[in-house]
Amino acid sequence: MEYILIIISAIFVNNVVLAQFLGICPFLGVSNKVQTASGMAAAVTFVIVLATMVTYLIQVYVLVPLHIEFMQTITFILVIAALVQMVEIILKKISQPLYQALGIFLPLITTNCAVLGVAILVVKKHYNLLEGIVFGGATALGFGLALIILAGIREQLELANIPKGMQGIPILLIISGILAMAFMGFAGLV
Amino acid sequence: MNQMKNFTKGFIRENPILVLCLGNCPTLATTSSALNGMGMGLATTFVLIGSNVFIAALANLIPDKVRIPAFIVVIATFVTIVDLVMQAYVPSLYATLGIFIPLIVVNCIVLGRAEAYASKNSVLSSAVDGAGMGLGFTMALGVLGAIRELLGSGAFMGHKLIQGDGILIFILAPGAFIAFGYLMAVVNKIRKV
Repeated sequence: MEYILIIISAIFVNNVVLAQFLGICPFLGVSNKVQTASGMAAAVTFVIVLATMVTYLIQVYVLVPLHIEFMQTITFILVIAALVQMVEIILKKISQPLYQALGIFLPLITTNCAVLGVAILVVKKHYNLLEGIVFGGATALGFGLALIILAGIREQLELANIPKGMQGIPILLIISGILAMAFMGFAGLV
Repeated sequence: MNQMKNFTKGFIRENPILVLCLGNCPTLATTSSALNGMGMGLATTFVLIGSNVFIAALANLIPDKVRIPAFIVVIATFVTIVDLVMQAYVPSLYATLGIFIPLIVVNCIVLGRAEAYASKNSVLSSAVDGAGMGLGFTMALGVLGAIRELLGSGAFMGHKLIQGDGILIFILAPGAFIAFGYLMAVVNKIRKV
């Protein structure tokens, strides 16, 4: 029951992009096609779950026993950077088209605040390892959901006649605002 | 004169948020009021100046292949300093900004300036660049925060100007997106004319 609550809360109620403003850059950057968006969502899910697991273990077994919790930011970001590098190498080896589609955004997962954000939140919320992994996975699913919805809308948007000043990022932000409003409807769920 | 130009480019011409569109997460998350936005902006400015100076000074010592991780360590060090200082001296602001203080480390503006500017220029110009970009960021956050605060609660810098409740949605998440979208549209319009 507890896990279901964590999942629903992370995907819908406190959606990582639309309610917590983490990972806005890839949300606006790689959402022009549903296919690319799904690839990015998968890559982010993989990295977030892995990163949450590793950073949690480092926090509990290295930082806390040594009383160097203030090193959290530095340690976490380095671990995440290394993980992303690894995912990049693996993806390059097994799926060339996906690697080319995600292009420059893969190294950018390092600076995707959702990854570091989830790692820090798990520690802040005093989750245990399993809860942390569930929370990380659900957050990533929420990210993927928002990303794919926006990508779907953007594909339709190409046919629309948008005023000049609104083209590009501004219209995307306003669409995200309306999406966020829709997601607020889930607020009573948990 | 040249340094002056270097300093002011961050305000309008190359404003990191409104023109280059970097660092959107803190922009949306911390601008529920003008003061919060500016607090976040100043914290980022400190990190920007510190990391720019250090990276410019160390640029020749850092091997090219590991420069990104090296930059990140320098940036994370300054973020940790800001984190601890703010926790000690402005606990209420620290509590409001919460997770977004450690997240300065993944703010694209900081790493972007390190890679695009500080690693190729002198210490002095990098410091000036960091200060200009940081203050441009602070300014944009302050403006967006002021707009949202005014619409959302009818106040400015915590002083109530308009009686009544205001449009609550502008303090909440959707208002952040919408206000930022319109602000950017206005800037786009002005720049193109």
